[in-house]
Amino acid sequence: MKRSSAYVIKPLMKYLRPYRGLLFAALIMAVINAAAVLYAPILTGKAIDLMIDAGNVDFDGIRPLLIAFALTAAAAALSQYIMNLCLNKLTYSAVRDLRCEAFAKLTKLPLKYYDTHSKGDVLSRLISDIEQISDGLIMGSAQLFTGVITIIGTIGFMLSINAKITLAVVLLTPLSLFAARYIASNTFKYFKRQTAVRGELTSYVEEMTGRLKTVKAFSYEKRSQKDFAEINDRFKGVSVSAIFFSSLTNPVTRFINGLVYAAVGVFGAFLVIKGSFSVGDLSCFLTYANQYTKPFNEISGVITELQGAFASAARTLALIDEAAESSDENADKLEYVDGTLSAENVYFSYEPDKPLIEELYLDVSSGQRIAIVGPTGCGKTTLINLLMRFYDVNSGEIRISNKPVKDITRDSLRSAYGMVLQDTWLKSGTIRENIAYSKPDADIEEIKAAAAAAHCDSFIRRLEDGYDTVITEDGGMLSAGQKQLLCIARAMLSLPPMLILDEATSSIDTRTELLIQQTFAEIMKGRTCFIIAHRLSTIKNADRILVMNAGRVIEQGSHETLMKQNGFYAGLYRSQFEDSDEK
Amino acid sequence: MIKLIAKYLKNYRFEAVAAPLGKLFEAVFELIVPIVMARIIDTGIKNSDTDYIAKMCAVLVVLGVLGLASSLTAQFFAAKAAVGLGTELRRDLFAHIDRFSYAEIDKLGASTLVTRMTVDINTVQAGVNMLLRLFMRSPFIVIGAVVAALYISVKATIIFLLFTPLMGIVIYWCTKKTVPLYKKIQQKLDSVTLITGENISGVRVIRAFSRQNDERTRFDNAADELCGIQTQAGRASSLMSPMTYVLVNIAIILILWRGGIDVSAGSLTQGEVIALINLMTQILLSLVRVAELVMHLSRTHTSSLRIAEIFGTQPAVSDSGNTMVKENHDAPAIEFKNVSFGYFNAERNALENISFSIKRGETVGIIGGTGCGKTTLIDLIPRFYDANSGEVLVDGINVKEYPFEQLRGKMGIVEQHAVLFRGTVRDNLKWRNENITEEQMIKALKTAQAYDFIMENGEGLDRTVGQDGKNFSGGQRQRLTIARALAGDPEIMILDDPASALDPATDAALRHSIAAGKGDSTIVIVSQRISSIRNADRIIVIEDGRIAGIGPHSELLKTCGVYAQICDSQMGKGGESV
Repeated sequence: MKRSSAYVIKPLMKYLRPYRGLLFAALIMAVINAAAVLYAPILTGKAIDLMIDAGNVDFDGIRPLLIAFALTAAAAALSQYIMNLCLNKLTYSAVRDLRCEAFAKLTKLPLKYYDTHSKGDVLSRLISDIEQISDGLIMGSAQLFTGVITIIGTIGFMLSINAKITLAVVLLTPLSLFAARYIASNTFKYFKRQTAVRGELTSYVEEMTGRLKTVKAFSYEKRSQKDFAEINDRFKGVSVSAIFFSSLTNPVTRFINGLVYAAVGVFGAFLVIKGSFSVGDLSCFLTYANQYTKPFNEISGVITELQGAFASAARTLALIDEAAESSDENADKLEYVDGTLSAENVYFSYEPDKPLIEELYLDVSSGQRIAIVGPTGCGKTTLINLLMRFYDVNSGEIRISNKPVKDITRDSLRSAYGMVLQDTWLKSGTIRENIAYSKPDADIEEIKAAAAAAHCDSFIRRLEDGYDTVITEDGGMLSAGQKQLLCIARAMLSLPPMLILDEATSSIDTRTELLIQQTFAEIMKGRTCFIIAHRLSTIKNADRILVMNAGRVIEQGSHETLMKQNGFYAGLYRSQFEDSDEK
Repeated sequence: MIKLIAKYLKNYRFEAVAAPLGKLFEAVFELIVPIVMARIIDTGIKNSDTDYIAKMCAVLVVLGVLGLASSLTAQFFAAKAAVGLGTELRRDLFAHIDRFSYAEIDKLGASTLVTRMTVDINTVQAGVNMLLRLFMRSPFIVIGAVVAALYISVKATIIFLLFTPLMGIVIYWCTKKTVPLYKKIQQKLDSVTLITGENISGVRVIRAFSRQNDERTRFDNAADELCGIQTQAGRASSLMSPMTYVLVNIAIILILWRGGIDVSAGSLTQGEVIALINLMTQILLSLVRVAELVMHLSRTHTSSLRIAEIFGTQPAVSDSGNTMVKENHDAPAIEFKNVSFGYFNAERNALENISFSIKRGETVGIIGGTGCGKTTLIDLIPRFYDANSGEVLVDGINVKEYPFEQLRGKMGIVEQHAVLFRGTVRDNLKWRNENITEEQMIKALKTAQAYDFIMENGEGLDRTVGQDGKNFSGGQRQRLTIARALAGDPEIMILDDPASALDPATDAALRHSIAAGKGDSTIVIVSQRISSIRNADRIIVIEDGRIAGIGPHSELLKTCGVYAQICDSQMGKGGESV
C-alpha cells in the first residue's frame, strides 16, 4: 500500500486545526526569528566598518548600531522562545488528540480486527508510529519551514549587500547537500547489512537468554557461547563500517563548509581591495557562510525523517479509518432477561471461503445447563463469539429473551452474561481492582465474598498485601491456576442471569476444581449456562450436551441418552478413559 | 559507568587515545581559521596584497584538508574502539548470564536479561562512540578558543572568561531541569503503552464487562499526563537556545565596544575584532553540543548501570572448582534427605523436609495439586536450585559435588513448557548430546510418538523448526521436546507434565512406548493426571510442599486420603472404573 504524502497531510491537518492559532503564531515567530538572526550580522558588519584604524573609530556611529543589535538579538531570542513554546504545545496536544482518537477507535473496532492483527502491530500504530509523527512530521515540518525561511532570508540579505559573492555562496553551498546525500545513499548498504546482522544477534539472544532454563537443562551453555561469538564477531565487522561511513557526513560537510568560508573570504577580500565591498560586509558574509550550510544539512536530515514519518502516519491513519462495529445507538437496551436463547439457521465463517458454522439451530429454555463438546476447531469458541456478539452472524438469527440480538445494544446484551474464559486475562493493578472489574462499584465485602466463592480468598490473604497486592498484566507471580481462580471470582461478583464458562477450570487442579464445581452448581441454579470443557467429567451433569463437529451440532441430549446412542460423543468419552478400561 | 567503560576500553587503548587526539587536531585547525581570516583582512586587504590573500586562501584549504583527515582518523578509531568494546561486553555478559542458576533467572526475569544484552549494550556502545568523538572535542574548542582569544587580545579574553562559564551554567541548568523530565516522559509513555497493550489482549473481557468507556477515560488521562509532562519538558528545553543566544550576543556587543576602544588605541585591528566574534560563536556551538551529549550520556549511564547490575549478580548455584566425580552405582539413582527449599521472596518454603529415594531403573510418578511443589522438587535433581537444607544425591553423590555437565549429562529433561529452538529437527535433537547418531534420533522420535509426523513430508530430520517451534502444533512441539530429552538414552529421565497438550490416545501410546523402551533408565514423571502415573512403580503424592504418601497406585488408594481424593475427582467414585 503506497500512500502519497498528500493523502496523509490532509487528514493530519484535521488534528492541527484546533491549534491553528498556535500554528499561525509559530509561523510568524519563525519569520521574525529568521529575519532578526540574519539582520544581526549586518549590524555587526556596519559596526566593524566604523572601526578603521587607531584613532579612526566612530564611537557615535557605533553606539546606535550596538543598541539596534541588542534589540535585534532580543527580538530573535524572544521570537525563538515563543515559537518553541507554540510548537511544543501544538505538537504534543495534536499528538494527544490523535492518540486518543486512535484509542477510541480501538474500543469500537470489531473483534475481527484484533483477531487478524498482531498485538505488536496494533501497539506500534498507537505508540511508536505516533511518536514518529510527533518527532518527524510535526517537529520536522517546523524545522523544514524555518530552514527554508532562513535560506531564502540569507539569500535576500546577501543579495542586498553583494550579488556576486551571493552567487558564489549559492552555487557552492549545495555541494555539502549533495555530499551528504551521496554519503547517505552509499552508507545505506552498510546499514542494511548491520541491521540484518543485528536482527540475527537479537533473535539469537532472545532465543538463548530468553529460554535460559532449557539451555541450562541441556548443558548447552558452551555451544551457545560459541555460536554467539560467531554472530557477535560478524556484527563487529559490519558495525565498524556502518558507523564509520555514516559518520563521514559531518566532517565532509564541515570541510565543504570550510571551503565556502575560504572562498567567501578570498573573493570578498579581492572585492574589498577593489573598493566595492567593505570589511564589515565581509564579516557579515563570513557569518552567513557559516550559517547558510546549517539549514541545508538540517533539511537533508529532516527529509529522511519525514519519509519515515509519512509511512508511520499512513499506518496510524489506516487504523483510525478502519470501519468500526455497526452502531447500536438506536438499538433497544435488553431490559429483562428471561434466560431463553434460540438460534435459527445460523451461518457464520471468519473467512468467506472457509465455511465454519452452518445451519445451526438452538433452543435453550430458561435455567438450562448446556454443555458444548467437540474436537479442537469444531466451532465451540466461535459459538461463544456469536452469543456474546463479538462477531455478527452471516445469516440466520440469534434471539435472547425472544429479541433478536442484532436489535439490542451490545453492552446490554453482554451484561446479561457472566463469562469465564480459558484465556485468563488480568489487568495490571491490584487484585481488588481485578475482581471488581465486572462491577466497579462493588465494596470490599462483596469482593471478598466473590473471592471466597471462587476459592481464592485463602491464597489472596497469604499474599503480602492481600487484596491490595499489585499484579502485572501477565499475572507475574501468580500461577495459571490462581489467575483462573481470580477470573472466576471476577465473574462471581457480578453474576448476571446467564453464564458462559469456556474452559473455566482448565488450569486448576482437579480437587480445587471439584470445590469450584460445587460453587458453580450453586450459582447455576436458575441461570442459563453454557459450558465448554475438555474434561468430559466436568460436563456429565449438564441438562443438555451439544456435540459439535465441523461447525455443526451433530448430536444433542443428556449424557445418558448420548451414551446410549453410542455415537460421536460416546467415542470421545471412552477415549478419555481408555487407559482405565485397559486394566 | 566509568569503571565499566574503562575496563573494556583497556584493549583499545591506542584507538581510545587516537580518536580524541584526532578530534583535538581537528579543533586546532578549525580554530586557526578565524586567525588566518583576520590576517587576510588586516594584512592582505590593508596592503592590497593579492598574492598574500591567495597564499592565505591556500592555507585555509590546507587547514580544511588537514581537519578533514584528522576528523576521519578520529571517527575511524572511535568506531573501532566503541564497537570493540560493545562486542567484548556482549560476549562477557552473555557468558556471565549463562552462569546464572534458575534462582537468578526467576529474580531478574528472562526478558530483562534480553534487554540488557541487546538494547543496553547498544546504547553503551553508541554512547562510547559519541564520547570518544565529541566529548573531547568540545572542551578542546572551548579552551582553544579562549587561548586563541588570549593570543589576539588579553583584554578581550576577560569577556570570554566571563561569558563562557555563564553560558555553561545556563546550559547545565537547562539540562539538569530537562533530563529528569525526559525520564518522566518515558514513564508516562510506558503507561500509555501498557494500557494500550492491555486493551488489545484483554479486548474480550473488557467488552464482556462493557468497560470500554472506563478504559477510554483511563487512556485519555494517561495521554493527558504524557502531554502535560512533554509540554513541561518542552518549556524547559525551549529556554536554552534563546538564553544562550542572548548571552553570546551580549558578549559580542561587549567585544565590539571594547574592540572599538582598542582599535582606536591601536592595540587591536579590524580583522581581529571579526576573529574574536567568530571565536565566541564557536564556543557557543561547542557548549550546545556538550549539552546534547550530556543528555545522551545520561542514557548511556543508565544502561551501563543496568549492565553492571547483571555483572554484579553472582549465581546462587555454581559448580566452579568441581571436578568429575566417581559415582556409586550401588546407591539409589536419586535420593532426597530431609530437603527443604523456599524461593527467594516467598514467605513459606515450597518444599518442607522431603525424604525419599528412587532405585536405579525405577519409574516414579509425582502427583499433587497446582502449586504444591512438584516442579520445584524435580528442579532440585539437576541442581537448578540448591536446597536450603538437606541433601540431594544422584548416584550416591551429593549434587553439589558434580560438575554441571556430568550431572545434567545423565539426565533427559522435559520441561512443562515445550521450548524448541530455530534450526532443524536434527539440531534440536542434538541438544542433549552433540554426537548422537541418526539411529538414536529416529529411536527417540519413535518413542516420543513424533516419528510419523516428522517423516510425513519427506524432509525428515532436516525439517525446519521455526521460531519457538511455531510451525508445529502444541502437541507436536511437546512430543519433540520429549524426543529431544530421550535422544541418546539418558540414565535419568525427568518428565514434567509431558502429556499436557496431548490427546488421551497419544498420551497412552507415549506411556507404553516409554515404558517399553526405557531399558534400565530411571524415570521421574510429574503429572496432574492420575492416568499418566498410575502405572508407575511408585507414586509420590505431594501436598503443600510435603510428602503425603509414597507407594504404588493400589496401595495409595487405600492408605493416602489425598491420593484417593485426586482419583475420585478425575475418575468418579471408586477410581478404577468410569
